[in-house]
Amino acid sequence: MSKNPPNYISTTNACKLCTPLGAALAFKGIEGAVPYLHGSQGCATYMRRYIISHFNEPIDIASSSLSEKHAVYGGGANLKLGLMNVTEKYRPQLIGIATTCLTETIGDDVKLFLREYDKEVEGEKPIMVQVSTPSYSGTHMEGFHNAIASVVEALAGRDGKQDIGSGVNILPGFVSPADIRYLKEITDDFSMKATILPDISDTMDGPAAKTYAKIQPGGTPLSAIAVMGNSMGSVEFGHTMAEASGGVLLAEKFGVENTRMAMPMGIGASDRFFAYLSRLSGVPVPEKHQAERGRLVDSYVDSHKYVYGKKAIVYGEEDLVVGLTTFLAEIGVMPVLCASGGKSGKLAERIRQATADLLPEQPQVHEAMDFYDISELAESLGPDLLVGHSKGYPLAQKLSIPLIRVGFPIHDRMGGQRILHLGYRGTQQLFDLVVNACIAKKQGDSPIGYSYM
Amino acid sequence: MWSFWHSRCCSLWQINQEEGTSMELLKEREEQIYRTGEQPFSLSCDKDSLAGAVSQRACVFCGSRVVLYPIADALHLVHGPIGCAVYTWDIRGALSSGPELHRLSFSTDLQEIDVIFGGEKKLKRALLELIERHSPKAAFVYSTCIVGIIGDDMEAVCREVEKETHIPVIPVKSEGFMGNKRAGYTAACNAMARLIGSGDTTGISPYSLNILGDFNLAGEIWLIREYFERMGVEVVANITGDGRVADIKRAHGAALNVVQCSGSTMELARMMEDEYGVPSIRVSYFGVEDMAQALYDVAEHFNNPEILEKTRQLVKEELQELLPKLSFYKKALQGKKAAIYVGGSFKAFSLVKAFRLLGMDVVMVGSQTGTEQEYRELAEITDPGTIIVDDTNPLELTSFLEEKEVDIFVGGVKERPIAYKLGVGFCDHNHERKEILAGFSGMLNFAEEVYSSVMSPVWRFTYQKEAAQEKNCRIALANPKN
Repeated sequence: MSKNPPNYISTTNACKLCTPLGAALAFKGIEGAVPYLHGSQGCATYMRRYIISHFNEPIDIASSSLSEKHAVYGGGANLKLGLMNVTEKYRPQLIGIATTCLTETIGDDVKLFLREYDKEVEGEKPIMVQVSTPSYSGTHMEGFHNAIASVVEALAGRDGKQDIGSGVNILPGFVSPADIRYLKEITDDFSMKATILPDISDTMDGPAAKTYAKIQPGGTPLSAIAVMGNSMGSVEFGHTMAEASGGVLLAEKFGVENTRMAMPMGIGASDRFFAYLSRLSGVPVPEKHQAERGRLVDSYVDSHKYVYGKKAIVYGEEDLVVGLTTFLAEIGVMPVLCASGGKSGKLAERIRQATADLLPEQPQVHEAMDFYDISELAESLGPDLLVGHSKGYPLAQKLSIPLIRVGFPIHDRMGGQRILHLGYRGTQQLFDLVVNACIAKKQGDSPIGYSYM
Repeated sequence: MWSFWHSRCCSLWQINQEEGTSMELLKEREEQIYRTGEQPFSLSCDKDSLAGAVSQRACVFCGSRVVLYPIADALHLVHGPIGCAVYTWDIRGALSSGPELHRLSFSTDLQEIDVIFGGEKKLKRALLELIERHSPKAAFVYSTCIVGIIGDDMEAVCREVEKETHIPVIPVKSEGFMGNKRAGYTAACNAMARLIGSGDTTGISPYSLNILGDFNLAGEIWLIREYFERMGVEVVANITGDGRVADIKRAHGAALNVVQCSGSTMELARMMEDEYGVPSIRVSYFGVEDMAQALYDVAEHFNNPEILEKTRQLVKEELQELLPKLSFYKKALQGKKAAIYVGGSFKAFSLVKAFRLLGMDVVMVGSQTGTEQEYRELAEITDPGTIIVDDTNPLELTSFLEEKEVDIFVGGVKERPIAYKLGVGFCDHNHERKEILAGFSGMLNFAEEVYSSVMSPVWRFTYQKEAAQEKNCRIALANPKN
């Protein structure tokens, strides 16, 4: 079996999204913020549609709606007009401006335009944070992390009147609203003040309400971002983001100790996260969470035979793939291919580090993959399971194997925003999903009609 | 400095959030909204979307992609960075009875280095690779924003590849910023015009037609084809639902073009009339009235007693089947209020009529790309007070739905969460639908879908009812005379 990744010129059925989409989602996790794309109208609309199909929530992304003449003479005037209109209509606290391939290529200097805007426009002005997100460079995850770094760079501070060295900053990356709600519950249980950046738990999974909010309530409060420099420590989930991440900036500017750790998926990685919080807070892991861990171990034991030796293909964002692969290795599933459309250059090493003591043999790990490549490799690998977002469904259908839906997007099922991935509780849910998918497959394939396991 | 901004913005923001959704229109948007009965009719449309208004429209590329994408045995290669291709990967339910090449998402996935040095070489290699791999009958190459800026000569690359591969390789000029969705329709029509006329037309019946502007969502074109076949009329080419390159090449041999979704394909019909003398008629397959009218118009065009008789028979049979089933829904839905926001306004006409047939009132109707003439006609057929709107946005839609106390909103994916957050029922009449809504049986499906959303018991748990009652209370207190 070849260990060389396929090397095609064209991309078919990409396993990545474009940079500004990640930035828009990250901005959406800040209180009172409206994401804004400096580009042509289509980008914002396509992304809205793509995001809505997963979250089933409104997401208004404004656009400079550039036309031909702006492409020739520059988009500055339309950017300013757009910002004024968004300010008037939405009254946001913050506008998060991301560029697109169009405006990056015509060389629009957004920083300059914003300085001019500040001078030229009278009256109410929201805070403007801008991030450079050319879609020909990186994936949505680079857009996401860079947007967060821009927010930290622009807004994070330290307040001498408040306690220095209290609380924790959590920069979880792109996780689900359910994950963020759970992270809040955990830090509450440790009696810790936590600033989670970004926080899409309410903005992208809001409860029904009496009136329609122009900007959905929730998100990381600006007042909390303003004192992130006061925290004892920052924790970032994932290792594949650029060097200058939000957590690193907080360390450089305010000396807040930054810890990068893998997404807490599976018992081992979750233990490290809980231990971190315990060390930082000086509080032992609360009984409730120890009990959840205990139930998880109990269920691992109860179900281990149904999953042992099953072969899985894992795909998606790099850090998510690392987390999922570690979890699968931990329960005896054999990841045979780990694939991502991202190309940090770090994926294989991260997987090796996380699974070296669990797996007898390392899986194939390939970056810059699309679903054509994955499908081609899958033929010889004979997987029993696919683990990833819903765009893997055509492959799962072709191979007649179950798809464990995780991450983003989930476009063919309801409730993508409520999938829990992290910690003991998220691991428990994923574990039950994987086990039952294996059992259901065996049951479905058997002519006997077993009504027991 | 920062804390100043913060406190100031916070307070403004809080005030605003407490105000709820009461809304002033942006000045530039006022001309794009008209209320039926207000005189004289005036509505501005077919212009660029306003920056910062959060238009529901997409772009030129979207217009082209929508129209050409259902051609199932062609390669559709998006030349640009990954976004444009990945957001349009198999998102529209255009079904094929055979090959399904259109359901794959192909991109040159341009990287920074391509932007600096140009993407022509990569495009050529990608095309050769994909054509060898998939053996398509033709290739469409879509340009995206960035290609328009870096100046790749797509014509030249396509010509070279066409020579080497001996299939039509057609550039589609669909740079996102070069106009709005309508410009994309034009680019798609231009692309198809390069295919038409190159196929053999021998053996085509004098009673024959092309179906233009139906994209075979949920299999609708199969139903329409079946109607035409029952009438004794041959369908030459589906343009483009379940479309095939070979059929489109010989489409000029048909005796008639029957054009639905006129915004997108009327231009092609005009080109075919000029070049090949194929006449065209505009039709709609939505709703009982328009469906029957479409079939009669075709029959009358051919002026053949046998076809006319078969058409009468067909309509009679279908109505006999349909009307008794519809009466149940009419009774239940009588007097309910509907709002419509769709891509092209021609479909909106049929929807207005379809709702009337169900005894429902249309209180708002709008589209992304309607023309002034179409809006004028909508103003003529709708009740006084009906809001007619061009290129609207979420906040306007929200205020219209609230003001009119709508029971059901018809739109696409981007409109859905707006309806649901307002506690309003929703019917997806866009490209994601999986039930046939066209034709006679489609009318029944439409009624069923509207009914299942409006009558669902879930609305009793949403908070809008309570809020509406409170609001009425406040109004009563403020205006004791009422």
